[in-house]
Amino acid sequence: MDRPPSNPVTVARGAEHDPDAALSIHDLTVAYDRRPVLWDVDLDVPAGCLAAIVGPNGSGKSTLIKACLNLLPRVSGDVRVFGASGRSSRRRVAYVPQRETVDWDFPVSAHDVVAMGTYGRLGWLRPVGKAQKRAAMRALDRVGLADYAGRQISQLSGGQQQRVFLARALVQEADLYLMDEPFASVDAATEQAIVEVLRALRNDGATLVVVHHDLQTVAEYFEHLILLNMRVVASGPMEATLTAENLRATYGGRLTLLEQAATALGRLSRDR
Amino acid sequence: MQWGLTMTLDYDGWIILIGVLVAACCAIPGSWLVVRGMGMMGDAVSHAVLPGIAIGFLVSGTRSGAWMFLGAAIAGILAAVITQVVHHWGRIERGAAMGLVFTTFFSLGLLLIVQSADSVDLDPNCVLYGAIELAPLDTISISGMDVPRMLIPLAAVLIANVALTGMLFKELLAAAFDPGLATSQGFDSRWLHYGLMALTAATCVACFEAVGSIITVALLVAPPAAALLFIRRMKWVIVLAALLGGLAAVMGHLAALTVPGWILGGNVDTSSSGMMAVASMAIFLAAAMFAPGRGSLARRWAARRDAMRVAVEDALGLLFRLEERAVTMDRDEVEGLLRSDVRIGGRLAAVLARLRRGSLAELRGGNWKLTVSGRSEAQSLVRAHRLWETYLAGRASIPSSHLHAAAERLEHVTDPSLAAQLQREVGDTPDDPHGRPIPPA
Repeated sequence: MDRPPSNPVTVARGAEHDPDAALSIHDLTVAYDRRPVLWDVDLDVPAGCLAAIVGPNGSGKSTLIKACLNLLPRVSGDVRVFGASGRSSRRRVAYVPQRETVDWDFPVSAHDVVAMGTYGRLGWLRPVGKAQKRAAMRALDRVGLADYAGRQISQLSGGQQQRVFLARALVQEADLYLMDEPFASVDAATEQAIVEVLRALRNDGATLVVVHHDLQTVAEYFEHLILLNMRVVASGPMEATLTAENLRATYGGRLTLLEQAATALGRLSRDR
Repeated sequence: MQWGLTMTLDYDGWIILIGVLVAACCAIPGSWLVVRGMGMMGDAVSHAVLPGIAIGFLVSGTRSGAWMFLGAAIAGILAAVITQVVHHWGRIERGAAMGLVFTTFFSLGLLLIVQSADSVDLDPNCVLYGAIELAPLDTISISGMDVPRMLIPLAAVLIANVALTGMLFKELLAAAFDPGLATSQGFDSRWLHYGLMALTAATCVACFEAVGSIITVALLVAPPAAALLFIRRMKWVIVLAALLGGLAAVMGHLAALTVPGWILGGNVDTSSSGMMAVASMAIFLAAAMFAPGRGSLARRWAARRDAMRVAVEDALGLLFRLEERAVTMDRDEVEGLLRSDVRIGGRLAAVLARLRRGSLAELRGGNWKLTVSGRSEAQSLVRAHRLWETYLAGRASIPSSHLHAAAERLEHVTDPSLAAQLQREVGDTPDDPHGRPIPPA
């Protein structure tokens, strides 16, 4: 049977990539069930900036983040974090998934969830100790949830759950934060509190790449913009990238031809 | 020692001990399966291990060999992998894929056992239902003491389960709660999943001789499900599941000895393993009804208590408004008015008793009057009500005819700090939209 290669094909990188970039994606193509959903993504995110990924529903924003974390198989391309790829960069990356991806009825407290952020540094078999518990408590305090540490997570509001996830990323003490819609369905006060934390992280030298859905606030919150619609429409500094023309190209209807071709590709390899 | 007619400690004691060990063994992987929403996987694995057991048995020729555990663990993992493959490639949903795979494995195992039954000593009935009642007859001697042979693999698996879940607790927790995070941190959740399947498979082997492959499922699922109704911290869920499972084992064996006698009379008994499954189900049902907070009775009781509180508060509000407007009514009219409030209605007698007991209202001069403390409580309720009406009229542009109903619900959940916030929001408004004064705090 004819199949796309299961191992990513590493293509020689051109000179156009910035060697100092926090996140550097080269020629990344991702397929669900052989149906490509992201084509030839090629971009750099400079270190120490707040970057937004913006695009319509189904444009592959979450897919891009998951592929960067190796949570999805790649058809081709490679992803470098501070110049390194694969396992060596793992500790330097923290991930905030969408809130709906986990079961909030799970028997853990807010403090337990935040402490999970320390697991990667601990490595296999080492249990959570006093130092990790204190770090989790500090992170909860930083997002204003110190009083809720012992609560079972289903007893928290949506905004509080989102802040628990943020606190969990904080204890990872990463250099690159990948966040999937941290502002989804939170109230204005929570959104402001989250933005404050993101800015504080950036001021401490971290790089943040955030899936964002609100065009009203994107220029206010972020300084780097990635416009995505199955491929990168534009990527660069906010003022230069947030243009009417780019937005039209991103939101101006789905890429019907590309989508038809992708569906056909999915069928092609299955009908044999 | 004789316990009545039917029970001796050195016979039934061993059976109960084996039952308790089985339950404790099952509680550990069972808890992880249940919180991952994969209780059915316990069912699947417990059946799928059968060909592994049979092959291990045929290879080694004994029932307690390491071969059987190895065969079962391989069969268990294989079943999990093939389920995944069938689900993905066959494009059918996971539950159906599981059903296909584990029945196939199970029948394969049964065929192997039946085919070789002439030459080997492995009884299909024992595989299905276990032989816990016969366990004390088959003993081996350990430092001079005769212990049932069945106890050895059970103790070994229990130790392995406790050790592994203790050492890998944080890895299992992360993979169960958020597989993406676990994988991004370097704990491959797929491998942890297959590891858990192997643990479940080994547990099934240790338990199947005692209680059979079907009743193992009950002990994998029911005690953790019951424990989850009481506790919401994973560590304690596992501990409580083991305790509840142990309780089910004790109750199950005692019930097997006594219950048939109550029904049929005389000295008869029934399958202990069957009764253990029934007991674990009974414990789950009891938990589902009586568990504080999550049990249905607890929820109903809480709802009743809330309804009563709301009715008492409505009564206070009504008495306050009568006083405020200086309406003169006799006692019958007042009680009739109270009864016409839908949330008081038939509760009137209980509400009045509650008011009197709490010194909120009293019968003075042949009629119901608020006490000082009742008036202050009523005042804060009416204040909340009118603040809400003002707020909703101004902010939410709700038509004035609809204001009352909304405020009527909100006033019962308004504490002083929320009322103060409302006051700040609506500003210095002396009256509500209907022109009635907003009482001071």
